[in-house]
Amino acid sequence: MGSTTKETPEMIPITVEFSGGLEMLFSNKAKHSISIPSKNPTSKSPINIGHFIRYLVDNLITDDRTDLFVLEDHLRPGILVLINDADWELEGEEEYEIQSGDTILFVSTLHGG
Amino acid sequence: MAPSLCAICKTERALIKRPKNYTKLCKTCFIQVFEDEVNHTIKSSNLFHPGEKVAIGASGGKDSTVLASVLKTLNERHGYGLDLVLLSIDEGIKGYRDDSLETVKRNAAQYEMPLKVVGYDELYGWTMDQVVETIGKKGNCTYCGVFRRQALDRGAKMLGIKHVVTGHNADDVAETVLMNLLRGDMARLSRSTSIVTGDDKSEVKRSKPLKYSYEKEIVLYAHHKKLDYFSTECIYSPEAFRGSARSLIKQLERVRPSAILDIVRSGEDMARLVPGESGSSCACKGQKTSAPATVEDDISGCGSSQGGVVPGGEMAAMDKQLRENEEHAGLEIDISKKISESKQGGKETTEKAIPIRGGNPASKSGSGPRQVLGNCKRCGYMSSQEICQACTLLEGLNKNRPQIQL
Repeated sequence: MGSTTKETPEMIPITVEFSGGLEMLFSNKAKHSISIPSKNPTSKSPINIGHFIRYLVDNLITDDRTDLFVLEDHLRPGILVLINDADWELEGEEEYEIQSGDTILFVSTLHGG
Repeated sequence: MAPSLCAICKTERALIKRPKNYTKLCKTCFIQVFEDEVNHTIKSSNLFHPGEKVAIGASGGKDSTVLASVLKTLNERHGYGLDLVLLSIDEGIKGYRDDSLETVKRNAAQYEMPLKVVGYDELYGWTMDQVVETIGKKGNCTYCGVFRRQALDRGAKMLGIKHVVTGHNADDVAETVLMNLLRGDMARLSRSTSIVTGDDKSEVKRSKPLKYSYEKEIVLYAHHKKLDYFSTECIYSPEAFRGSARSLIKQLERVRPSAILDIVRSGEDMARLVPGESGSSCACKGQKTSAPATVEDDISGCGSSQGGVVPGGEMAAMDKQLRENEEHAGLEIDISKKISESKQGGKETTEKAIPIRGGNPASKSGSGPRQVLGNCKRCGYMSSQEICQACTLLEGLNKNRPQIQL
């Protein structure tokens, strides 16, 4: 094993959950335990929710209708984000820096009731 | 960011930021405040009376599930003395309603409420699957909505219940206000803001106790109380116009969350300006209790996010969908024309063809004579026209039924 793999990004384990119909876009699975790079690959800054949303579109979404999740590179209005059960509006929204072990829940409010 | 503390108890960590006033609350205080506000709406508009039997229109979705949970809680906490029943409509849509009805059945057990399921097939002789087979996917929401409104009333009647509550929330009302504003339909706009529809003369009255509750808070309430609800979009639902109005509402909320309740209040204020109509509002503002609105104008709460993929609030796209919607209205009028033609063919006692009120501004009642509420000559259901919308639609459908009925 050479040490040439030092470029391998550090990964952090998190839990991401989808509900309110969003699970349909992510392999019909409500809860995903995944590891994500701790730094944003381009800016090398700690990964935040904004980066993470892009990461999900690039890596986890299984449905072609990505516009049901993001619109113009931002989360689609009407989808709530809870970071460890707290409204992301209390945590800095896209700027929140993800910590190891965080649980991030995306809930759609857009479906009929 | 340092976690903020709850604005009420000042001890627990705040988890919710309220869209209406940006107050930060912990889970426990949020649940309490949410319930208190619904109780306030109910009390101030004298929605119920002790001993009243009330059917909750239950779809298994978030809104009606939250409504059932909150009403059960408030009924016990404040001694409303209500006899609550869950009433579900089975539209006959395979793979959609089957699953959500399972949710309603679980809710019935969880909330210890009796459940009544009424099917379109038994009421109308048509399931929505069959309707779509006949007329296609375009415009089928019109049928479903018209059928559903009557279905809830008929189901309630079967149970001997005179009051149906539905889970329509502030976002739904704001959406409907906006749609009617865009159509220039002030009469309907005014009625859509009413908390109660139907009056003493009608057999079943309707109300929406969650009228002032944000959809966001309904979802958060369901989440924090771990309620069991179902959320799959109706497979036929891309109803473009409502979808785009919904997208617009959500975009406005993103920029300024209070916009939703502001639109609801604007709708109520505009309602007061419409002659002969008066929108209800919270009685604590010194208003009389709500004026009745015709049942047929009640909002449907149906519609899909998928139909309204309008990025960045583009009014051009909205405008296009508005025009498409007018085509829908054209479809409705066509049906009534067909009927008048067939009647002139001498099949039945001739009655004047009554166009369904569509989105065509020319046919708006604004300054015209006020519609008089009567009963459908065919089914006896309350209607402002001689033949109610459901019977009109059914006639068109039955003519197009491919096989002869046995």
